[in-house]
Amino acid sequence: MATETPPPSKTPTRLPATEAFVAEQESAEFGELRRSYRSFAFPLTVGFIAWYLLYVLLSNYAGDFMGTKLFGNINVALVLGLAQFLTTFLIAWWYSRHAAAKLDPKAEAIKSRMEGGA
Amino acid sequence: MSPAQHTLIAAGEASQHRTLIITLFAVFVAATLVITIWAGRQTKDAADFYAGGRQFTGFQNGLAVSGDYMSAASFLGIAGAIALFGYDGFLYSIGFLVAWLVALLLVAEPLRNSGRYTMGDVLAYRMRQRPVRTAAGTSTIVVSIFYLLAQMAGAGVLVSLLLGITSDGGKIGIVALVGVLMIVYVTIGGMKGTTWVQMVKAVLLIAGALLLTFLVLLKFHFNISDLLGSAADNSAKGSAFLEPGLKYGATGTTKLDFISLGIALVLGTAGLPHILIRFYTVPTAKAARKSVIWAIGLIGAFYLMTLALGFGAAALIKPDEIIASNKAGNTAAPLLALHLGGVDSNWGAILLATISAVAFATILAVVAGLTLASSSSFAHDIYANVIKKGTATEKQELGAARWATVGIGAVSIVLGALARDLNVAGLVALAFAVAASANLPTIIYSLFWKRFTTSGALWSIYGGLVSAVGLVLFSPVVSGKPTSMFPDVDFHWFPLENPGIISIPVGFLLGILGTYLSKEEPDAGKYAELEVRSLTGTGAH
Repeated sequence: MATETPPPSKTPTRLPATEAFVAEQESAEFGELRRSYRSFAFPLTVGFIAWYLLYVLLSNYAGDFMGTKLFGNINVALVLGLAQFLTTFLIAWWYSRHAAAKLDPKAEAIKSRMEGGA
Repeated sequence: MSPAQHTLIAAGEASQHRTLIITLFAVFVAATLVITIWAGRQTKDAADFYAGGRQFTGFQNGLAVSGDYMSAASFLGIAGAIALFGYDGFLYSIGFLVAWLVALLLVAEPLRNSGRYTMGDVLAYRMRQRPVRTAAGTSTIVVSIFYLLAQMAGAGVLVSLLLGITSDGGKIGIVALVGVLMIVYVTIGGMKGTTWVQMVKAVLLIAGALLLTFLVLLKFHFNISDLLGSAADNSAKGSAFLEPGLKYGATGTTKLDFISLGIALVLGTAGLPHILIRFYTVPTAKAARKSVIWAIGLIGAFYLMTLALGFGAAALIKPDEIIASNKAGNTAAPLLALHLGGVDSNWGAILLATISAVAFATILAVVAGLTLASSSSFAHDIYANVIKKGTATEKQELGAARWATVGIGAVSIVLGALARDLNVAGLVALAFAVAASANLPTIIYSLFWKRFTTSGALWSIYGGLVSAVGLVLFSPVVSGKPTSMFPDVDFHWFPLENPGIISIPVGFLLGILGTYLSKEEPDAGKYAELEVRSLTGTGAH
């Protein structure tokens, strides 16, 4: 698992002034980074928490449905539980793909511009 | 003494087996001490001590994160809960795993980008330093001590059963030994040593679980339906064993308790200080992301294996034997090892010894991680930034961290000796509830809510902390039931065992109320710094 960037030096990089951060925060480029992060991460968080809570509520209040046998001794409850595992793996994979394609290049560009200009 | 204790102790007392357990454990301790001393030689400055020099790769840290997370509660507790309650035990592992998505999507990368050593770095970034760091340090130490107690109690249970030490003096001695070892790991090895210990432990634990899973599946010719069927038959509960409800389905109150537990589990992970500081051991946010991805893969695979272990134990061992050995089922996994190898056979004894040594290693590594989190927060948040107001030299700060380690070690030896008979999984779930109520709201608001202020942070941290701990105090966990800490008195009025369903919304709401009810203006410049840094990594340490 190599990291593409070299490890940072032990002495922290000199930070740009606060005004530079305020200007950056208001820039279109940063706005776009924030949008592509938030519009991905926030709805997805709401989604997987809702899906998890649905599963918790079904376990609590829909015992008959959860106990329905699908094949052999495998019932709906077990399949839905394993589906939680599967969706967790898929979301992790999906986010890492999104971050590498959409977030990292933008973040890198802003970082090197700001640190270079400091 | 129960028959099951006889089985286990007989296995333990056939002196060669007992010697084997102790030898394997001693080998682990010796190997980890060598690693610790080696790491200690390379630990020179604060970044080494607190963050392992930030030189670990995403994979290494992912392994270490898994090691920190797969505690005795995961391994012994979940396997035991499945063995006794079937499907309801599995519900724990789902919450524990899904919770990682909160860390992945919202917390790990921003935290890595904007903090240095502790959770308090991020919480206090745009706030008045002293009050917020005091609050963050307090909640870090409270959460870690709840978690430590659980591990210490687990060590006591395990040792008394496996080595046949049943006297109180013997159990206290073991707790003290665990405490002294963790002080040595942390004071000498710092984060670097602790991280390597976590990696070694994670590999051992996964290998042990793989071996048992393979043996269980082999017994059932890799037919999972057969395994489940035998578990249901042997449990004498029939198909109900494979459905939700055996543990939490009894009444409306237990169902509500289950919702409360579920919320605490899914929101707790991203507020656990000992997990959060792991993200500082890698050089970049990208590597922090990779750590979480690896951790999700490893932890997920591990929990799938506990499913096989739990149902395997239910299928192969009589429920009476599991309960007699430990009421909460904490010894189901070691018992399973014994039965898979064959009771009264050498192979059985060897498997039992191996799995027990792995369980000890697990406890030891997790307590080291917890101690490091709390002593770092004491030294960096409270000593350096509150007491010394930022004037402490690095040497003084590290000295404080080492003394804090000794202090926290001593406190947890004393508390661990007192808590030796408590329910392990319950204590861990409590730590999750406190973390989700006191830490997570402030982490989220600090990172994403422009308007958030110091008052909001303080209201949220202290309010979440007090409501979570307070509700536990007046819950059946502490008094009023045969399984309580104090079964002989009854001052409980809160019906649920887990406070999360109340205390987590309270933590989030108080953050909003505290922000709007104070006249304080948010520091817009500091928020600009935090937001840009957290998303881009500009100026990351």
